[in-house]
Amino acid sequence: MPNMYTSVGYEAYGEYDVFAKGQEAMAPAENTIARGHSLYAFPNSNEGYELAKADSTNPYETDYDAIRGKALYDIYCGICHGNQGKGNGYLVANEKILGVPSYDAREITVGSVYHVIYFGKNTMGSYANQLNEEERWQVSAYVMNLREALIQN
Amino acid sequence: MIHSLSLNLFRKSRTAGFLILTFLASSLWAQDADPAKGKSLFNTNCAACHQLDKKMTGPALRNVETRLSETEGLDRTWLYAWIRNSAGMIKSGDAYANKIYTEYNNSAMTAFPQLSDTELNDILAYTAQPKAAPVTQATSDVVGGGVPSTGGADNNQILLAGLALLFGLLAIGLFMVRKTLHRFAMANDIDLPVDKPKSTPIWIAFAQNQFLVLVTAIFFLLASGYFVYGFLMQIGIDQGYEPVQPIHYSHKIHAGENKIDCNYCHSSARVSKHSGIPSLNICMNCHKSIYEYNGPTTAEYTKDFYDNEIKKLYKAVGWDDANQVYTGKTQPVKWVRIHNLPDFAYFNHSQHVTVAGIECQTCHGPVEEMEIMSQYAPLTMGWCINCHRETNVKVTDNAYYDKIHDELSKKYGVEELTAAQMGGLECGKCHY
Repeated sequence: MPNMYTSVGYEAYGEYDVFAKGQEAMAPAENTIARGHSLYAFPNSNEGYELAKADSTNPYETDYDAIRGKALYDIYCGICHGNQGKGNGYLVANEKILGVPSYDAREITVGSVYHVIYFGKNTMGSYANQLNEEERWQVSAYVMNLREALIQN
Repeated sequence: MIHSLSLNLFRKSRTAGFLILTFLASSLWAQDADPAKGKSLFNTNCAACHQLDKKMTGPALRNVETRLSETEGLDRTWLYAWIRNSAGMIKSGDAYANKIYTEYNNSAMTAFPQLSDTELNDILAYTAQPKAAPVTQATSDVVGGGVPSTGGADNNQILLAGLALLFGLLAIGLFMVRKTLHRFAMANDIDLPVDKPKSTPIWIAFAQNQFLVLVTAIFFLLASGYFVYGFLMQIGIDQGYEPVQPIHYSHKIHAGENKIDCNYCHSSARVSKHSGIPSLNICMNCHKSIYEYNGPTTAEYTKDFYDNEIKKLYKAVGWDDANQVYTGKTQPVKWVRIHNLPDFAYFNHSQHVTVAGIECQTCHGPVEEMEIMSQYAPLTMGWCINCHRETNVKVTDNAYYDKIHDELSKKYGVEELTAAQMGGLECGKCHY
């Protein structure tokens, strides 16, 4: 009779001797890429940022879903950037995090937005592990929508 | 008038003799510039990367103007040019511009061509303000608040000890009185009542009565059965489990006071079986700039306490806060898992969070009020099934459910189907 409370299989976040430091949670092996993921062409540098900015092709443009984009944006970005993208999210309004610009005050393209979500920029961190590739493009496109709305008003 | 005149003159005379004018102008501007406006401009434009007294992504900016003119011999015009187009300065080969660019890991400072001279002067006036003295009153309040409660506990103990002593003395007193009376009675030849002859002891009488024995035996069996059942039923149920974590992370502060969405940190709850323990880089999204706690405190959870917890995070993730770099020396945090289902039960977060759209609080309780995270629900099978019986499945706008909804609503004769009617009670859904 097998032990049905704790099985022989390894559980997420478990501690097992077979792993280094006993830690089941590990970063992917170097120079590998997980199934369903693809490489990002631009490096994490100022030059990479400029290249990404110039190359504004959104591979998921035809699948753009504003409702999904908004839902994800409101969770991950709105807390600082504000739900309209004015740079006045809840944390900014309460002076926890400062200096978040309004989207219309910056020259950004969908490619540069994606680059920043992927690598982060200055004080902003990377969101590559909270959003997958398709979700990042949805959010980038939604950010550009917000920017257009801000410029028009 | 002199002010605007000098300003105009200055704008026109970039080439000759402007040093004197700059000096004249800056001393005049320093009086006119508004540090309060400067503060709000600073907070909107600069504070993402700069603080007044602490190195962040960019350098600390208190007295930046005097510091630059004293150490580097650079004046306000250099600052104007730098703020409006730092990349251009670096390209032009300006020595200090290149030095600061390399010193701060080649972080490109955003260009601010839209800031006017007046606005920049306001900002510089704000950075030139002296540092405010730290307020120490709060800590003394906390200490004062802590004392009476411990004093109260002491008082109660003294009172109890006094009462015990009093009753002890009374008991001794009564015993002495009885002894003395007894002696008087002996002296006066009074016959004291003698104990009655012994009747059958009660336990023998009990043993002889078979009916009573039977009833008692049944009673004991039922009672012990009740307790054994209670004991067995709590095995593996950890409702209210509230372990001490290696870093005191307060859900109350993050999800409650700061209204951060649960999915922000637990991002895999949307897409996977597990809700995910956030990796430390997610903490650093905010804590790169939030290095101290400034919210409400209590006697137990002081500002020092919370600040120390943030330092623990920095140590674990290998962040050198003074120099604003990652050291590379990391130390994984060994969080204590709270919610644990036995392996024979399958549970998938994404099915409940994304498809069903159930609030996290339905199962995890008022997490946004929990200073220390604890298990809210019993996580028993009965608890799961109750919810499946009571909750309607959201089928609108979900083509996946179209066919089965049509068929099942005909079969049960209802429009809204519960999870149970959709098959949420089948053994194989959770056990396989």
